[in-house]
This record gives sequence, C-alpha cells and structure tokens, in this order.
Amino acid sequence: MLHFSIWKTTLIGLVSLAGVLFALPNILTDEQSQNLPSFMPSNKLHLGLDLKGGSHMLLKVEAGVVISERMEAVKDEIRTALRDKKIGYTGLAVADEAVSLKLRKPEQMEDALLAIIGLSQAVNSSLLQSAGARDIVVTQNSNTAILVTMSPEERAARVKSAVAQSIEIVRRRIDELGTTEPTIQPQGTDRILVQVPGLDDPEKLKALLGKTAKLTFHEVDTVRSATGAIPTDSFVLPDADGSGQLYVLKRRPILTGENLVDAQPGFSQQTNEAVVSFKFDTSGAKKFGNYTATHVGEPFAIVLDNQVISAPNIRQAIRGGSGQISGGFTVEGANELAILLRAGALPAPLQILEERTVGPGLGADSIEAGKIASIIGLIGVVAFILLSYGLFGLFANIALMINLLLIIGVLSLLQATLTLPGIAGIVLTIGMAVDANVLIFERIREEALLGKSPIASIETGYNRALTTILDANITTFIAAVILFYLGTGPVKGFAITLSIGIITSVFTAFVVTRLMVSIWIRRRRPKSIPI
Amino acid sequence: MKGLNFIPSGTKIPFIGFRYISLVISLVMLVGSLGLFLTQGLNYGIDFLGGTTIEIKTLDGPADLVNLRNTVGSLGLGDVQLQTFGAPNEVLIKVQAQAGGDGTQQQVVTKIKAALDALGGEIEYRSTEVVGPTVSGELVQDSVIAVMLAIGAVLIYIWIRFEWQFSVAAVVALVHDVFITIGFFSLLQLDFNISIIAALLTIVGYSLNDTVVVFDRVREYLRKFKKLGLAELLDQSINSTLSRTILTSVTTLLALLSLYIFGGEVIKGLSLAMIWGVLIGTYSSVFVASPILLVLGVKRDWSKNKTAAETFNK
Repeated sequence: MLHFSIWKTTLIGLVSLAGVLFALPNILTDEQSQNLPSFMPSNKLHLGLDLKGGSHMLLKVEAGVVISERMEAVKDEIRTALRDKKIGYTGLAVADEAVSLKLRKPEQMEDALLAIIGLSQAVNSSLLQSAGARDIVVTQNSNTAILVTMSPEERAARVKSAVAQSIEIVRRRIDELGTTEPTIQPQGTDRILVQVPGLDDPEKLKALLGKTAKLTFHEVDTVRSATGAIPTDSFVLPDADGSGQLYVLKRRPILTGENLVDAQPGFSQQTNEAVVSFKFDTSGAKKFGNYTATHVGEPFAIVLDNQVISAPNIRQAIRGGSGQISGGFTVEGANELAILLRAGALPAPLQILEERTVGPGLGADSIEAGKIASIIGLIGVVAFILLSYGLFGLFANIALMINLLLIIGVLSLLQATLTLPGIAGIVLTIGMAVDANVLIFERIREEALLGKSPIASIETGYNRALTTILDANITTFIAAVILFYLGTGPVKGFAITLSIGIITSVFTAFVVTRLMVSIWIRRRRPKSIPI
Repeated sequence: MKGLNFIPSGTKIPFIGFRYISLVISLVMLVGSLGLFLTQGLNYGIDFLGGTTIEIKTLDGPADLVNLRNTVGSLGLGDVQLQTFGAPNEVLIKVQAQAGGDGTQQQVVTKIKAALDALGGEIEYRSTEVVGPTVSGELVQDSVIAVMLAIGAVLIYIWIRFEWQFSVAAVVALVHDVFITIGFFSLLQLDFNISIIAALLTIVGYSLNDTVVVFDRVREYLRKFKKLGLAELLDQSINSTLSRTILTSVTTLLALLSLYIFGGEVIKGLSLAMIWGVLIGTYSSVFVASPILLVLGVKRDWSKNKTAAETFNK
C-alpha cells in the first residue's frame, strides 16, 4: 500500500496539477485570462441563474390549438368530398379535436367512409415509429354517425413541429432583447425551457412570449350586424381597445403576417401617434395592391391575435407593399409589436408553467454569502482536523485543499452549472471529505495500539479502511445521482457538486494522503506514529 | 506533532444496553412526527403547492410590514404571507396558487408589482418565483419517487454488500431519519420545498454512510470473534468506530453550521435540514440500526460458504 512507482507518483502529481490549472482561471480577471497562452484552460465556473441573476421559464406549447386548426381544415375537406359524392349529412362540426357528423341515409355509410378515408394522407414525419401511418382515423359510431380524429402519429408529428417552430420564433424574439447567451431548448414532448441570464426586467420577456402575434388582414362585412346571423364564411371579432365594438369579418384573410418582411416602430406624420410601419414581400405587395385597388372606399381590418387593432377605410389603391398600423399604441407598445411582427407568429400560444427570476443584487449577495460560508467552514474543519491528528491532520488538510481545487477544476472543465445549493454541496463535501481520512487514521491508531510497527499499522490502516470508504461513499453517491435525475435547476447543481465532490474526495483522501504518508515514512523512518 | 485523542481508545459504552431507552425515544419521536404531520402538516412551499413568491428589498429604510401586508392583502389574491427575510428591509411575499390553471398565476406578479410601485418607495425586486399547478404536481410526484428510489437503491446495495439483515436494519434506520426530519419540519413549520427534498436525499446518503461504517466493523468482528455474543460484539463495533463517528459528525456539522449562519437566507432551510439530518443520522446508526441487527440476528459463520450458513438468533 505504501509503495508508489514513479509513474504512479507522477500521475497523482499530474492530476493534482491539472486540478490547479483548471481551477486557476477563476481567480483571474477577464483580461488576464484572455492573455493566457492558448494551451492553458481558460474556462471559468459556469454560474447558475440563481447566482448570476436572470430568468428561468418553463413554457408549454398549447399544441391543442394547432390540432384543432388542422381538424377545422379536415372538416372543410370532408364537406367538399361529401358534396361531390352527393352524400347528405347533418351536424358537421369540430369538438375536442375531432370532427363528427351524421349521415341522412344509413345506406350511404360505406360510400361516406370511403370518401373520408380517401382524404387521409401518410404522416409526414421523421419519426421511425410513424412510418406508414395515416394522418386521420375514421370511426363509425352508429349506422349514421361518423367520428374523424387525428391519428396519434400525426398528432405527435404536428406537436413536434409546432415545438420546433415555436423555439425558433422564441429565439428570434429573445434575441431582440439583446441579452447574452439565452438558452432555449425543448423539454419533454410539448415544453420549452428558456433561460435568460442577466435580465433585469422579466416582465418584458413575458410580454414578448405571451403573444402569439398572428397578424391577418380581413375584408370587413359592412352589411351584416355582429349580433345577427353570420354566414359560415364570416366571423365576429372584438376591437382590441376593449370598447366592446364588434366587427363582422370574412373568415378567409386577404393576407397574413407570413407575407411581412419587415416591421419597424415609428410615428405617424399626420397625427404624431406611435405606429408600426411594415413591408410586404413581393407576392404580398401584389395581392394587397390588387385588393385595395378593387375595394376603394371600403374598410379592411387589421387583426392581431383575434382582436381588431384597426379597421381603416381604403382611400386609394396601396401599391408598393408598405403600410402603417395605427391603433392607439404607446411608444413601447409599438416597439413590442414591431419586434413580434419581425420575429413571426407562434404556431400556437405559449403558457408559462413556471417562472423563476433572480435579480442581479440577490445573485451577487448569494455568491458573497457562499464564499464566506465556504471559507469559514473550511477554516473550522482544517483547524479541527489539525488538532485531532497533528502531522497526519496536516496531510489530510493538504489533501482537502487539493480536493477543493479538483472540484472547482472539474466544474470549470465540464462547464457544469454552479448554483447556490451547489455551493452548499461543496461546503458539505468539505465536511464529509475528511471522513475517509478520519476512517484511515482511526484505523491506523487502532493498529498501532495493538503494537504493530508504524509501517505495518499504516499498511493495515489503509487496507482495512478501503472497503469501508468505498461502501460509505457509494451509498451517498447513489443518493446524489438520483437527485441529479430528479432535480431541476438549483437542486441539480447540488447533486452535481456533491457527486463530483465524492469522487474527488475519495481520490484525495485515499491516494494523495497515502502518497504524502509514504514519502514521509521513507524520509523520516519514524519509530512511532504521531497520531 | 501529535494529535489529540478526543475519544480515548478502549472506551466501552454499553450502547446496546441502552436499546430499550433508545427504542422509547425513537418511538416517541416517530409517533410525534406522524402526529404533527397529520395534525398541522407541513408548511409546503410553492414548489409543491403552486403559487408565487416575491422577494423585495426596500431601499429607503426598513420595510413597513403592516403597510405592505395591507397593500398586497387588498388585491384579492387569497392567502398572502409576508415575512422579513434575513434583514429588516428584505421581505418575502408568498401568495397561494390562484384558481384557474397555469395561465392565471402570472397576473399575480404584475398586480403586486403595480401595487408596490404605487406606494412610492424605492423597491428592488430580488427574486420572483411562479409555479403553476402543472409543475407543482409533477414536483410532488418526482420528489416522492426520488426518495423512494434512493431508499430502494441503497437497500439493494447493502443487500449485495452485506446480508439481508444488515440491509433491513440500515433501511429502517434510514426511514426513521427521513420521518423524523419531516416531523422536525412540521414542528417548526419551516418552508418545505424542493431543496428540502435534496436535503432528505443527502440525509439518506449520510445516515447510510454512518451505518455502513459501523456494519463494516460488525462484519469484520463477526469473522474475528466467532464466540462473542452478538450484543457485546455490536457494542465493541460501535465503540471502535465511535471516535470516527464523532469526528466526522463534528467536521460535517462545522461546515454545515457555517453554511447555516453565513450562507444567506436562501439556503438556510437546506442547511438546517442537513444539520438535523447529521444529528439524527448519527443517532440512528448507533441506537437504531445496531439494535435492529441484534433483533434480526445475523449469520455468524463467515468462513464457510452460504449453504452452510446458519442464522444465529440471540
């Protein structure tokens, strides 16, 4: 146990040195670490949002909206198909993401089923398990009732694509805030995790994420009243100003936000009111030009997220593809809308499931408190160990320092996130790391009391203590790993530092102190052990 | 340089002889914990109940709690708790989950901020946490699974490394610790949140760590002293490892106390749970795990193979 070959000694030295090198950038200023030669590690600890300050948001993509929209389209297709086949039906409607209808004549059931099944398409998805699946499922519920639902494969594919699209849009919107290094990633089937460090006003972020920003331009039906009967190709929407005014609009939009290429906030030259100016792409400009040319004198509605922002009258044909939206905006409101329009519409609304924001002040205080707690805890432990074991305690304390450097080095190297509970994990490790040495030293003490020679006592001490050290640490490690898989954010940080700390402390306590003891024995050839 | 010997070698404390006393103490603590849990329950944080917490700092002097309480209380948000948080000008506002699902929770922050800003004083918003019912439900489920899983995993590990009797004794001690810690949180009505689950899992690890050290020694002595009675053997094992048990507890407690005192308000709960866990974990490995081993009995002959093993019941 006490013999170390040269290569083993070198290896232990190298590992310890690597710990120092990887931990080193953390005490340098940014400028100093940039001046380091390129072969030197320069990664600092990656601080979590609770230390750095910032916002963490868990969003849910309301994918049901996408599904319902698709089923509305399916309903229209079914209507056309049945009309072509001259099959009579009633009660064609979408409810709970399914299309239902009743046939007038039961004997037409077979024809109807065939016609609807003929509408189905192969699922367009990269998922292997959906190969060969169809997008809709047609069920016959009685001799006249038919229910059409979306197949699970199609649903999964659509949710997946809605999430991917949403992530892209969210990224564009957050980039407009000008923050550094936001993290935007999918989680589970229909969730998005957004982490924006260093954000002092989360309300701004929420305002940007809270809107779908679906912009459409509609023809206004000036003849019908909103309270009367509405034809199926029209719908009623309220005014965005909350006045309760209702508009009857043609369902089919003249144009949508997809045709926009740019949107900028500005001021109207006539009224000096805040407005958003926009530009259409070529095809959009053409459509809009043609429409306005043929509808001079009529109003059209600009609709955002199912609310009418404004419904101006067309005074003349608008060619050139640019225009202005005015709707009683504040300067901020116009700015926000411009950002939303530039970034594009979300395929479905987002709901905030969880928000955790830490201001920069609290973050800085937490780092400070964590530092003080670590240093005082360390001093207490070091003094106590020195008092208990004298020279051997010094060995253990040196090992403890190397252990700390290794933890910081590994955290910096892996760029694992250090959170406040993570610092607690390090402090806990300081207290528990010496356990392995305590086990060994106690054992050596016992063996020496049995009258064994110093070398023999030390040999047996390390030997006997090893299994105990492993058993004791593996059990804590199991708990830490489970915590890692359960944990979110800060708690995960605790699991990370605890796990790393367990591994490094076994290494330093068992290997590094043993090396020190072995060197000491070779040099001093002691007659008794100063334990 | 020679170290001090805090626990003199040859210490012989008849721990096992105290087993009836410790049984009573443990039973009282367990029943008390269960009673507290059932009657006054836990002061669940928003992680598990859903809701909103906002931590503010009034920049112009100590916070006027009464005024703040009236202001936030008049917003019609249901149950609202306000308390100072570490300093007289730092206040934690806790609002219960609002009816109406995930979407409605967000309005709480907006409303409170508007109301507080209208008061006119300068306020720093130090942290905001909003947890909707979906996430809180999942966190409860995940936490229960994690604690169960951790206990199950170590049960299997100890079973593989030792005999089943050791495994059962260790796990009973562990469950004992977890229950009494929950009772401790119920008694003091401390905020029970996701970081307390982290502490519980750490206690699981620590308590086991302690138990394993004693059991390792028991196993060694079982091989060494084949004729010794189990009770004496357990006593000797506990006494031989006593010095280590105390020393490690002291160093861990030193580190945790420093964390509790200097680590800031945010991790006070976590530190306190772990401090309690170290105390109760140390107690249980000596006074709970070992006596259970005595009751269950262990295989005495470790030299022969397993088929020849006979269970020794005292």
